[in-house]
Amino acid sequence: MRKASKILSYSYLAIVALFLYLPILIIFFFSFFGQSGVNFSTQSGFSFFSYAAIFTSDASSSLFSAIANTFIVAAAASVIATLLGTVSAIGIFHLGSKMQKVVNNVNQWPIISSEIVTAFSFVLFFSSLNITNGWVRLILSHVTFCTPYVVLSVIPRLYQIDGNVYEAARDLGATPIGALFKVEIPMLFPAIISGFIMAFTMSLDDFIITQLNKGTTGIETLSTYLYQDGAKRGLEPFWFAVFSIIFVIVLLIVLLGNMRKTLSAKSKKEGTK
Amino acid sequence: MSKPLAAVRKKRLFAFNRKVFAFPYMLVLLLFVVVPTAMLLVNAFLFDGKGSFENFTLFFQAGVFLQILGNSLLVGLLVTVICLLIGFPVAYMLSRFKNGGALAMVFVIPMWINFLIKTRAIASIFEWMGFRLGIASVIVGMVYIFLPFMILPIHTTLSNIDKSYLEAARDLGASNSEVLVKVVMPLSLPGVISGITMVFIPTISSFAITTYLGGGAVELFGDVIYNAYNLDLYGVGSVMSIIMLVFVLIASFAVNKFGDSKQGSSLI
Repeated sequence: MRKASKILSYSYLAIVALFLYLPILIIFFFSFFGQSGVNFSTQSGFSFFSYAAIFTSDASSSLFSAIANTFIVAAAASVIATLLGTVSAIGIFHLGSKMQKVVNNVNQWPIISSEIVTAFSFVLFFSSLNITNGWVRLILSHVTFCTPYVVLSVIPRLYQIDGNVYEAARDLGATPIGALFKVEIPMLFPAIISGFIMAFTMSLDDFIITQLNKGTTGIETLSTYLYQDGAKRGLEPFWFAVFSIIFVIVLLIVLLGNMRKTLSAKSKKEGTK
Repeated sequence: MSKPLAAVRKKRLFAFNRKVFAFPYMLVLLLFVVVPTAMLLVNAFLFDGKGSFENFTLFFQAGVFLQILGNSLLVGLLVTVICLLIGFPVAYMLSRFKNGGALAMVFVIPMWINFLIKTRAIASIFEWMGFRLGIASVIVGMVYIFLPFMILPIHTTLSNIDKSYLEAARDLGASNSEVLVKVVMPLSLPGVISGITMVFIPTISSFAITTYLGGGAVELFGDVIYNAYNLDLYGVGSVMSIIMLVFVLIASFAVNKFGDSKQGSSLI
C-alpha cells in the first residue's frame, strides 16, 4: 500500500515536471535542426545552423547590442544598488524603531507592487521631469527596484552579527571608518554578495519596467528586443539557440549554487561532530 | 580625566550618527518610490491640466475597461486555482520524501528563466502544433509560467511543519487523509496565501503573455495599462494603475495577516 502510493506520487511528480520541462526540451532539441526560416523540422538534419546564425544573421548586431545593453544596465544598477543598499542597511539598523518601520515598509514597496504599476509610475515621473535619456531612465529605475533586495539581504545579517565586535574594534582604537571597512563590512560580506547577485539577476530578468522606460533613445535589452522581434509569427531560428544557451546557463548556475550550498551545509555539519 | 570623557562622547556621537547612513537612501525612496506613486494619484485627478473626475468617468463609463477588468479577474482566478490544484499535491509529496528538498529544485529552476523567453517558446510550440491561439492557450501558458511560484512557497511552509504534529495527530487516531485535511492543510495556509498572491497579481497585470499567446483575441488588465502608456493616456492609465494597486494592497494585506511575510525573500 505504501509502495503503491509512493509510485503514484512519483508518477504525479514526473508528469508535472514533464509539463514544466517539455517546452524547454522541445526548443532545445529543435535548436540543433534549424535552417533559415525553418524551426520545427528535422528534415534538414542535425546542424549548428541556429547557433551559427547568432553570429551571421542580419539581426546579429542588434542581438549583440541588446545583450551588451542588458549587461551594462544590470552591472551599473546592481553595483550602485549594492553600495547604496549596504550603507543604508547599516543606517536603517541604527534608526529608531518607528522610523525603521516606515523605511522598511517603503523599501518593500517596489517588491510587492505590481511591475506594470511601478513601470507606469516611473513613466509619469520621468516625463514630468523631462528626463528622456534612456540610459538615465533605465539605470535610475533599475537601481530603485534592485536596492530593496540588497537592503533585505543585509539587514538580517546585521541582527545576526555581534554588535560588540564593532564596539571592540572602536575600543581598540579603530576609527569609525576603519572599524566599518575592516571589521563590519567583512562580516557582512556574504550577505552583501548575495544581495548583489539578487540585484543583478532582478535587473537582467526585468522586462516590463524596461519596456516602458527605455526612452526614445532606442536602447533595447535582450527582453525588450525579444518582445519586439518575437511579435511576428514564426521566430528566427537563432532565437532557439539563444533560448537553449540561456536554459543551460540558468540550469548550471542554479545547480552549482545549490551544490555549493549543500556542500557548505555538509561541511558545517561535519565540523560540529 | 578629560581625554577619556571626550573619547566616550565622541563614540556616543558616532553611535548616534550611524543612522545618518540611512538618509541618502531615504531620499532615494522618497524621490523614486513615494513621489512616482503619488504622481499616479495626482494624474488620476488631472484632465487637461485641471483637477477633475473625468478620468474616472472615462474608465467607468467606457464599458470595455470594466469588462476587461472583469475578464482579467476571472482569468486570474482560474489560473490561480489550477496552479493551486496542480501545485499543492506537488509541494505536499515533496515534503513527504526524504530527498524532497533536492527534488524541489526540479520544480523551482524554471522560475529563473525569463518569463518572456518561456512565453515566446511555448507560443512557437503552440503555433507549430497548430493550436488555435486564444483564451485557452493564454491560460495554459500562464499555468506553465506561474506554477513554480505556487509550488515553492507551499513547499517551504510544508517542509517547515514540525513533524511531531503529524505524529501526534496519528497517535490520537487520525487517518492519513484526516491528518492531511485537518493538520497539514491548515498549517500550510501561509504558504498557500503567498503562492496565491504570487500567481494572481502577475496574472492580471502582465501584458506580454497575452500578446504572444492570445492571438490578438485576449486582452487583460495589464494590456490596457500598457496601451494607455502607448497612447500617452496618462490620466486613465493612472486610474487603472491605482485600481491595480488596490489589488496589490489587498494581496499584501492577506499575506501580512495570514501568510508568511518571509516567503517573498526566500523565493529569490
